Amino acid sequence: MASAIVSSFNRYMEIAGDQVLFTGRFARNIFKGGFEWEEFLRQCYIVGYKSIGLVGITGFIVGFVLTLQTQPTLKTFGAQSYVPSMVAISIIREIGPVIIALICAGKIASSIGAELGSMKVTEQIDAMEVSSANPVQYLVVTRILACTIMVPLLTIMADGLALLGGYVGVNLQEHVSFSLFFRKSFAALKFSDVVPALIKTFFFGYAIGFVGCYKGYHSKRGTESVGLAANSAVVSASLWIILLDAIAVQITNMIVY
Amino acid sequence: MNDTDTQEQEVVVQDTDNVVIRIQHLKKSFDDNEVLKDINLELHKGENVVVLGRSGQGKSVTIQCIAGLMLQDEGSLEVLGKEVKEMTRDEIREMRIRVGFLFQSGALYDSMTVKENLSFPLTRVLKLKDKQEIEKRIHESLESVGLEDAIDKYPSDLSGGMRKRVGLARTLILRPEIMLYDEPTTGLDPITSREISELIVALQEKYDTSSIIITHDMSCARITADRIVVMNEGKYIATGTYDELTRSPDELVHNFFK
Repeated sequence: MASAIVSSFNRYMEIAGDQVLFTGRFARNIFKGGFEWEEFLRQCYIVGYKSIGLVGITGFIVGFVLTLQTQPTLKTFGAQSYVPSMVAISIIREIGPVIIALICAGKIASSIGAELGSMKVTEQIDAMEVSSANPVQYLVVTRILACTIMVPLLTIMADGLALLGGYVGVNLQEHVSFSLFFRKSFAALKFSDVVPALIKTFFFGYAIGFVGCYKGYHSKRGTESVGLAANSAVVSASLWIILLDAIAVQITNMIVY
Repeated sequence: MNDTDTQEQEVVVQDTDNVVIRIQHLKKSFDDNEVLKDINLELHKGENVVVLGRSGQGKSVTIQCIAGLMLQDEGSLEVLGKEVKEMTRDEIREMRIRVGFLFQSGALYDSMTVKENLSFPLTRVLKLKDKQEIEKRIHESLESVGLEDAIDKYPSDLSGGMRKRVGLARTLILRPEIMLYDEPTTGLDPITSREISELIVALQEKYDTSSIIITHDMSCARITADRIVVMNEGKYIATGTYDELTRSPDELVHNFFK
């Protein structure tokens, strides 16, 4: 029993050490000459543009449902005029970034994990290495940076659509003008609601890209490992998003309040 | 020292100079599984050495050690006069440009066309910028493997034999001095397999490379080998030309050449 705990602890420490080394390789290769701009833009297109539909629909429905769920309760207290403020604060501060990051973990981390995993299995990554090309610079740096930049942009878009969903939800029961709804929403938001929430999305994006690349790049041989890489990329990225969110909230509270 | 002695010594020195890969007492284990037990091999300039052996005997591990994809546990491994284990990152990079590696599957990059596959090492490794020079080298390489028509195709549109040819073209585009082939004819029909084997010989003559060819395809061994080494249980058990080994009294060697 004790030896099993020790060996499992050692294994986790090995993985942690390996991840630190992988981070080092990623960081070193960002600033190395010959940045892969073409591949980076292609990844931005895949990560960002190709996720617009899913993220947009999710954002809209989250705002819509949140409004429908809270409006009756607030109405009981005669506080239905606070619906736009409540929707805006909860979407911008917490629900938007976390939900969109989790959606992206499912879509993007799994796809990166599977893609790099299959490249590993079919020896494409080894082929790059033996020809003296730099697979980390071409495959890893471009994907992680694309995720780090595109996830915040997707979150901003989803937040906007969530507010629109909220507006539609409110108007199902009573008429509120578009300008009034959005004026009330933005009036409730403070600098300390928007900026920390935006900053944490960069970390979410980095976590999604990093975990996807790490799992794919280190997958074992055999087709089964491609599925495992994709699966564990989603699980680990989701866990990291929740952990980073908890840390971000603590830091924000310490600084702002 | 008389003249004859001097002549003999010169022959020895010349022979040593011609060695492009020297492996001595190479050992490699994975956990408790000792895959390479005591590998000794010399590859001379312009020579084609075929390594024959059953599956799972560590044939591919040997050439992966040569390419620096994994490090040996014990023994010495010199490539182009330098010990691989002691090479710096830059030296390994330089060595890999001079040593080409053809993977069993061809290992073409799925998301790129044939043209992009071939331009990848030119732009990333040789850092070529002149588009005309890149185009010229791509066409020349594809022409040498007889696949000029496939230039805009994706790997998924190619047959197994075509993929190997493109993989070969991509490896040769860097003009390596040594070629390492990992089972180049596995999974191909006998006619395509023969075509690939003949192509290996033709390209070796054209580009003046030295090669190690890992295979268990006897037809490929017969066509490509100047010398054959038979591997069993992590050791080389016999060496010689195809005809010499055909007459080997060793039962295991004999079984290969039946």
